[in-house]
Amino acid sequence: MAVADTPQTLPPGAVQATDILPRTAARRKGPVRWPLYVAAILITLFLLLPIYLITIAALSPRAAVNDFPKSLVPRELSLETLLFFLNSRGVVASAWNSVMVGVITLVLSLVIGTPAGYALARFAFRGRDAFKILILTTRAFPIVILSIPLAVTFIQWGLYDTILAVALVHTALALPTTVLITSSIFVSVPRDVEEAALTLGCTPVGAFLRIALPLALPGLAAASLFTFVLSWNEVFAAAILTVSQRTLPAQVFTSLGDSPLPFRFAGGFALIVPSLVFIFFIRRYLFNMWGRVVR
Amino acid sequence: MAEIRLERISKTYAGGKAPAARDVSLAVADGEFMVLLGPSGCGKTTLLRMLAGLEYPDTGRITIGDREVTDLPPRQREIAMVFQSYAVFPHMTVFDNVAFGLRMRKQPADQIKPRVERAAELLQLEPYLGRYPSQLSGGQRQRVAVARAIVMEPSVLLMDEPLSNLDALLRLQFRAELKKLVQDIKTTTVYVTHDQVEALSLGDRIAVMRQGEIVQVAEPMVVYDRPTTEFVGSFIGNPPMNFLRGSVSRDNGHARVTIGSEALTAPTALAEAVGDNVLVGIRAENIEARAEAPSGGANGAGHALAGETVVVEPLGSHLLITAAIGGQQLKVVTRTDFPTGPGRPIWLYPEEDKIRWLRPDTGAAVQV
Ligand SMILES: Nc1ncnc2c1ncn2[C@@H]1O[C@H](COP(=O)(O)OP(=O)(O)O)[C@@H](O)[C@H]1O
Ligand SMILES: [Mg+2]
Repeated sequence: MAVADTPQTLPPGAVQATDILPRTAARRKGPVRWPLYVAAILITLFLLLPIYLITIAALSPRAAVNDFPKSLVPRELSLETLLFFLNSRGVVASAWNSVMVGVITLVLSLVIGTPAGYALARFAFRGRDAFKILILTTRAFPIVILSIPLAVTFIQWGLYDTILAVALVHTALALPTTVLITSSIFVSVPRDVEEAALTLGCTPVGAFLRIALPLALPGLAAASLFTFVLSWNEVFAAAILTVSQRTLPAQVFTSLGDSPLPFRFAGGFALIVPSLVFIFFIRRYLFNMWGRVVR
Repeated sequence: MAEIRLERISKTYAGGKAPAARDVSLAVADGEFMVLLGPSGCGKTTLLRMLAGLEYPDTGRITIGDREVTDLPPRQREIAMVFQSYAVFPHMTVFDNVAFGLRMRKQPADQIKPRVERAAELLQLEPYLGRYPSQLSGGQRQRVAVARAIVMEPSVLLMDEPLSNLDALLRLQFRAELKKLVQDIKTTTVYVTHDQVEALSLGDRIAVMRQGEIVQVAEPMVVYDRPTTEFVGSFIGNPPMNFLRGSVSRDNGHARVTIGSEALTAPTALAEAVGDNVLVGIRAENIEARAEAPSGGANGAGHALAGETVVVEPLGSHLLITAAIGGQQLKVVTRTDFPTGPGRPIWLYPEEDKIRWLRPDTGAAVQV
């Protein structure tokens, strides 16, 4: 009953755990299996139903929002609600801001986080474990408490109400996870391919850039996806640090109280869709690289 | 091409309990195929990695050709290495894998192509040049790794158990190919393996290692026939060399070694060790077995050891017999028609000049 050999390039931890779960479950017979499916279906419904309802509302005419009882099948599809949302003041500009903030955050956290993750993965330096824990504890500071002093500091630096300020905070929020994720990605890149590059004439930096980095790319793409979505969805810091340069969630959030219901649904829809599209594209990239299924 | 000299190399890993290399000295001649042989964990890979520059010795000197390379990084050593796990680059085609080193050395593109193609031809990889490693079998990947190394025309070729991940049939086939390849390119080679058959079949010389030390360096047949220690004798050969415990006595001015109730004539060098214990090493195929008692009485028996057959294993080309002599067991190889069976008496005649006499305390050979 040995579990089949897993290829050495498989990322450790999470991936293998999810890999083992369905297999052991599938091996069991009879009554043990169905609660798992029921739980899975319930969780999926719990996550998908709101998204579905928001989508329907966003794609229905504005008047349909107030219909009661709600039907699960839209009676009439229309772009009216979405267009109304997109034409509202500040929406397009804030969406653009969100994209910019997300991209800057992504680049910054990769540029800073990748070397740190690589170091954690490859070098047994003194204080390595303490460093890992320290990284995680930064996540213990609530952004609510950090935001006010940050706002003061950014005002002093002249960064207040800029895209960069929001991106910096988002980078700080994303970095711990980026570092830990990238380190586990580099752990899964076999060391000896890098060493082979060293014996073939590469400097250590060259071996990293030509071998380890390309091999880590699928994983890094997943990490960036995570970072981007984190930034795209972050409301609180964005709302406090900006006045005119709102990101989309901040814009929707701050105008939530005094906007009509269709606006809220369309806003929710606009916040969800980019994440889903992003996931969809990166997923394809993750699944199939170099003619091999990476998972 | 270059000779290699390791001088008094020692290395203990950070956090390692015992040294992975202790005071190792070894010279590999220009163009020689040297095999590092030893059980798993004895420090073979460590030694090879120090040659490659992937690991640095705590003390000692390494020279390749006339350059000291002890502290040089791998890229400055003119070596190429084949890793146990192949270590081919999964994100590059076979062509790009093989060309990688040449590109790193800034060779002009019009020279890279013919050199890659020639290496691919030597390793029969031409049909696969456009493929990715994931589309190759294990054996083909190992060929890529070898091609990637030899295309560099290195001064020294290092190989770490290159066959150990292949299945048995493939291993046999690739072993012969590898031998021919290395003979053809005449590069100084250091080859690590824990497989004694591989070592015997490939090496110009074998360095047998144990616990971070080199125990014996010699040509394969010398290591096989004249092991300098009990460890070497029992690590090399299948079945391992027999070792019987005996004690030295004097009889009519001749040294004799008594094993239980039996006795062997011993070399005169042992005469001064009367009363001491000694280990008698003899290979299974260097013992002649007879099913009848020798004629001419006890003295005429010469070297005959009388014993009893315990187990008979037919192995196709021969019989492997386990016999008991004075409470000790040993293996004997006979022809398949040898008439014996469990419990039947057997007379054994070790070939005198194939016997190794070893001190049981140190396991070291007595020079005869
Ligand atoms: N990176 C390392 N860190 C600590 N100890 C190591 C390391 N690599 C090898 N060792 C230890 O050094 C000894 C020799 O290992 P190695 O050279 O790999 O042996 P072999 O290749 O002969 O199997 C072993 O005891 C092993 O556990
Ligand atoms: Mg090894």
